[in-house]
Amino acid sequence: MTPLTLTADTTGRAAKARRTAWVPTIVLILGALYCLIPIAWVVIAATKDRSELFSTFTFAPGTGFLQNLSDLTDYRDGIFWKWMANSAFYAGFGALLSAAVSAAGGYALGRFAFRGREAIFKMILAGVLVPSIVLAVPQYLLLSKLGMADSYWSMLLPSILSPYGVYLVRIYAAASVPTELMEAARMDGASEWRIFSRIAVPMMMPGLITVFLFQFVGIWNNFLLPYVMLADDEKFPITLGLYTLLAQGASQPALYTLVITGCLLAILPLIGLFLVIQRFWSLDLLSGSVKA
Amino acid sequence: MTSAPLKGSDLIEAGPLADGTGTAQSVRPSRPRRRGRSAPYWFLVPTLTLFAAFTVVPIGYAIWLSLHRVQVKGIGLGKGARSQVWNGIGNYTDVLNDSEFGHSVLRAFGYGLIVIPTMLGLALLFALMLDTPKARSAPFARLMIFLPYAVPGIIAALMWGFLYLPDVSPFYYLLNKFGLPQPDLFDGGNLYLSFANIAVWGGTGFNMIVIYTALRAIPPDIYEAARIDGASNLNIALKIKIPIVMPSLVLTFFFSVIATLQVFTEPMTLKPLTNGLPSSWSPLMAIYDKAFLQSDIYGASATAVVLALATFVLSFTLLRISDRYTREDRA
Repeated sequence: MTPLTLTADTTGRAAKARRTAWVPTIVLILGALYCLIPIAWVVIAATKDRSELFSTFTFAPGTGFLQNLSDLTDYRDGIFWKWMANSAFYAGFGALLSAAVSAAGGYALGRFAFRGREAIFKMILAGVLVPSIVLAVPQYLLLSKLGMADSYWSMLLPSILSPYGVYLVRIYAAASVPTELMEAARMDGASEWRIFSRIAVPMMMPGLITVFLFQFVGIWNNFLLPYVMLADDEKFPITLGLYTLLAQGASQPALYTLVITGCLLAILPLIGLFLVIQRFWSLDLLSGSVKA
Repeated sequence: MTSAPLKGSDLIEAGPLADGTGTAQSVRPSRPRRRGRSAPYWFLVPTLTLFAAFTVVPIGYAIWLSLHRVQVKGIGLGKGARSQVWNGIGNYTDVLNDSEFGHSVLRAFGYGLIVIPTMLGLALLFALMLDTPKARSAPFARLMIFLPYAVPGIIAALMWGFLYLPDVSPFYYLLNKFGLPQPDLFDGGNLYLSFANIAVWGGTGFNMIVIYTALRAIPPDIYEAARIDGASNLNIALKIKIPIVMPSLVLTFFFSVIATLQVFTEPMTLKPLTNGLPSSWSPLMAIYDKAFLQSDIYGASATAVVLALATFVLSFTLLRISDRYTREDRA
């Protein structure tokens, strides 16, 4: 490198240092806008009453939000809120169980050397490849034989095992729980269960929170499983409830405003959860990479 | 750690997981730790029980069903008039001759050809832009682009479905204003674009985060060296960043292909808004249709098994190709 290019380069860089990189900034803002369009639309459309929805400009706010809200609440004696509560139950309880099962399984696979470990791990991971309907249809048929189809169990039980969760905890346990600490605890006479619950679980907590959130979103958003399992609309989660509402809307367009208001209310908890947690939730965990 | 000199050898044996399983136990045969040897199996009990009950048994049952059919005696009334009999590969030959299922697979491939390059291309682009120094608004954009991940597929499809309706859509409003032709977004080839847009909207953010995470793991000294050599940001992106994040791209591609074969929610949701969308539009819809609308659980199981096998073959082929690719790259 000649001195000449060096000086030219440094002055160029000094000038660049103060400048905004415009191309990336514009690309990112366009991307953000594209992602916001449908959400902005649903927020505005939920404020329109039935006639405004089809007559006023898309992004002009309407006057009917409170009316829509009370119509939705009155619809079939408040079944909408029942669906929301069902979803909260399936997603909250299911994700909790999933995190607990993944914690134990991932810890075993990540912190112990034992016969068959790799085979078990690969077998569970291969579960990711099985198309969801390949499992859902026989699960439904088998659960009906046990008289459990169309029950809360039929939605909850198949949602607990998460191959991705086990995978994530395995990586997280291997990186964050020191073997020296486990050995020291064993020397002090602690039982394996005590080591797991008192030492490993607290250390794996960020990974477990990630598994919980993933499963929560996954179960809340699941459509195929309840669509196959449930027939009684008192047990529907919000996704299936809104779907049936829309299907009826094809013949009764009056229901469209209810569907739109329902969509807004159904995504608000998830978006709220997201905005709150992303502040202390390391997105690095998504791809399973752990920073020491 | 005061006991370190005494325990030194133990630590080495028990430390790394990667090496052989036998050594740690065989060196120290009698220790109070002995009871701990069954511990990993106990911790795996919940995982394996659920795996057996909700993965292995259902798959086994699906395979069993796929090899049987119903035989109706007499007019099919009364107890025992309908029985399950062995049908060999009969259901499978039916699947392979079933043009409806064949078409649904072709549709899924056509849809994937639009979705996957667009979604991963955008995800890579956004990830590279996020990773550019001095890009303004990066944290805000990252959050906004990732936000659709939190929106259920069915609600994404509902929202876009309304945005595709001429009476409601701002796009039609604009086209109308400028006197441009107004395409029917629910018809023919446009339908693929309409579905693809929903999937791209929902999936770009997640893939962006995976690629961005890989980008941030690159030590910054590499860029410093490249800059001193006069490389531009574009050069750095093309020659350094993209090759390094190739494994993440392969991973996202792999999962996108699997997701494409399983497209279900978007077409199911938009079905009520459109006319003439066949109830077997995608492979999963075809299987659902067969199992519950035509009440042919045997044929549906055979179709599902074929789809699962195809997914496995496709996955292992992709993994093998990417494996060879990365190995050649290293050499």
